[in-house]
Amino acid sequence: MAQELYRAMAQSVIDGEVDDARRLAQQAVEQGLDPLAAINQGFIPGVNHVGEQFSRGEMFLPDLVLAGEAMKAAIAVLEPEMARRGTQRQTLGRVVIGTVEGDIHDIGKTLVATMLAASGFQVYDLGVDVPVARFVEKAREVEADIVGLSALLTTTMARQADAIKALTEAGLRPRVKVMVGGAPVTASWAAEIGADGTSEDAIGAVAVARRLVGAQ
Amino acid sequence: MAIKSITNPRLHLDILSAEDAQRIHTATLDVIESVGVRFPSPLALDIWEAHGAKVDREAMVVKAPGHLIEEALRNAPSAYTLAARDPAQDLPLDGNHVYVGTDGCGVEVLDPFTGERRRSTLQDVADIARVADYLEEVAFHWVAVSAQDCPPETRSLHELVAIWKNSTKHVQTESIYSAREARAAVEIASALAGGRAPLRERPLLSIMECTASPLGQDGGSLEAALVGAEAGLPVGFMTMASCASTGPATMAGTLVVGNAEVISALALVQLAYPGAPVYYAAAQTAMDLRTGGYTGGGPEDFLFGAATNALADFYNVPLSMGSFATGAKEPNWQAGLENSLSTLMASVVMSDMLLGVGLLHGSRIWSYEQMLLDCEIFDIVRKMMGGIVVDDETLALETIRAVGAGPAGNYLAQRHTKKHARDLWLPRFLDRRPYSEWEEKRDGPRDWARAQAQQILKTHQPTPLDPALATELERIVAGVEASVQQK
Repeated sequence: MAQELYRAMAQSVIDGEVDDARRLAQQAVEQGLDPLAAINQGFIPGVNHVGEQFSRGEMFLPDLVLAGEAMKAAIAVLEPEMARRGTQRQTLGRVVIGTVEGDIHDIGKTLVATMLAASGFQVYDLGVDVPVARFVEKAREVEADIVGLSALLTTTMARQADAIKALTEAGLRPRVKVMVGGAPVTASWAAEIGADGTSEDAIGAVAVARRLVGAQ
Repeated sequence: MAIKSITNPRLHLDILSAEDAQRIHTATLDVIESVGVRFPSPLALDIWEAHGAKVDREAMVVKAPGHLIEEALRNAPSAYTLAARDPAQDLPLDGNHVYVGTDGCGVEVLDPFTGERRRSTLQDVADIARVADYLEEVAFHWVAVSAQDCPPETRSLHELVAIWKNSTKHVQTESIYSAREARAAVEIASALAGGRAPLRERPLLSIMECTASPLGQDGGSLEAALVGAEAGLPVGFMTMASCASTGPATMAGTLVVGNAEVISALALVQLAYPGAPVYYAAAQTAMDLRTGGYTGGGPEDFLFGAATNALADFYNVPLSMGSFATGAKEPNWQAGLENSLSTLMASVVMSDMLLGVGLLHGSRIWSYEQMLLDCEIFDIVRKMMGGIVVDDETLALETIRAVGAGPAGNYLAQRHTKKHARDLWLPRFLDRRPYSEWEEKRDGPRDWARAQAQQILKTHQPTPLDPALATELERIVAGVEASVQQK
């Protein structure tokens, strides 16, 4: 019975059916299934399947994003149940992410956030136009492993450097790693401002984040 | 130096029927009225509210009825002239010209002498402007690369002054994102024009702002555009809505989203300053399905390049259209392919302004080689747009009779041939040499383009600004810099 439900959960992620994923998660709670088992044996195999298909060029970014959304919907249902049972999901790490102050460009940052969440990170998305102090405050509050700073404008890129400086002054570095991204960001810029990593796209960003937390 | 433009076109393309354009327009008005467009600027929201649009102050979303948009847009002039320091280089945007600008705004430069890739500086802005000043295919400037060695708050102003010190051509800035910078830019342009009234008469500067897809604007950009419009500078808004990421996966849907952004912004400008010169601007694309990245080329881009002018024509305003801007990493097969097709498609429908020559990797890396090769692409397209003239002279019947039938005759020794030989197009950079010569030298278009760029950089002296005027422009920038530092 549970096996059938797990298969349906995986399929809901593969198909990117957000409503199905939510409904199946609710069903698991109602049937008293272990929410961790639902995640690890139900939804995660779906995410892995989509990831494999993507790397073979048989699925594309929209498939990945919708799979991530389905996963997110399921976890939102299962998390309160986990809390009630006093269990916790194993995550790869906690990531605070946002677009820097003065910059309202959202999509690249959101894509990275979605991919990180789908890959097993706990992601706190602060949105756009985020002041430096807010990054520091949130990183401290959630004991972040990684802070991700996005900037699309050459004039706002300097805020990435400001944020790294502020994290250092707050005594959070080097424990908190910093990733920077955005169209004008180059590897040499990232190195110059002392960031720990950068990537030109969301898939690469996941690889960088995994490396920074020492995950395989 | 004269400017080469496409004019009196003989090629035509109907990419959208009148009914298609009407349906896109109707859908766009529906979106603006029912979904709305985000205008994150109190000033902009005040203007919308004063004209009866539904304004959600919290979300900063404006929902405007279709008639308000249509009435506002009717005030936009259909034709006007972009003025240049040298009046012989003025650019009439009258529907009968296609002009090319430099691309913008890159962040790295391939050094023309060392080949090294490095971060762009103010000196690069000046150098690129000087080469653009020399090239007759380049009609106007964008800020080609970002002057990253200047403070962010005044960078756009340093860039403007650097361009004007090195070129007599019109400048369209795409790197001003705030009212404060726009006011200073107006002051600089006024000093150059000889006052506010002469500037209004002869706008030496036009302003290009980006929308924030989907269905959004940037507050600072809106306020900068309003400052420009108040001074009589032509202002345009560019959508870069992208299929499957910031627009629907379908091209028609992405046209609607981008159109809603652009015409709502242009309508705002018309509500504030009725009759102000405005233009449509666009560089839509499709997301790369694998990386989510900006592609910089592909069949969707080429189709957008042609379709958008149908929309600009529908609203009877000029168009500044993204073409060139290849995603290629170096001047290569991909760059040639993408830049040729995008430029052909945007030209064949007579987009008024094309952006632009010289950048690689999706408008990130400046290459002088690419700049010159792009100019040659434009020259080919320009030649093609002249079409085939059929009249007594070109039918050449008398000459055909004189040469007669059979391989014993040829046309080389004919007067008619001598007379018309120069009608045939000649390349600067296509390799038409004997194979043996290539085999011996192993060089090609990139090498020749680089050599020409080096030559221009070493020798071209632009018409200088009057020294007192140059000092005045720098004083204005320094004044803004000082006031920013005080805060």
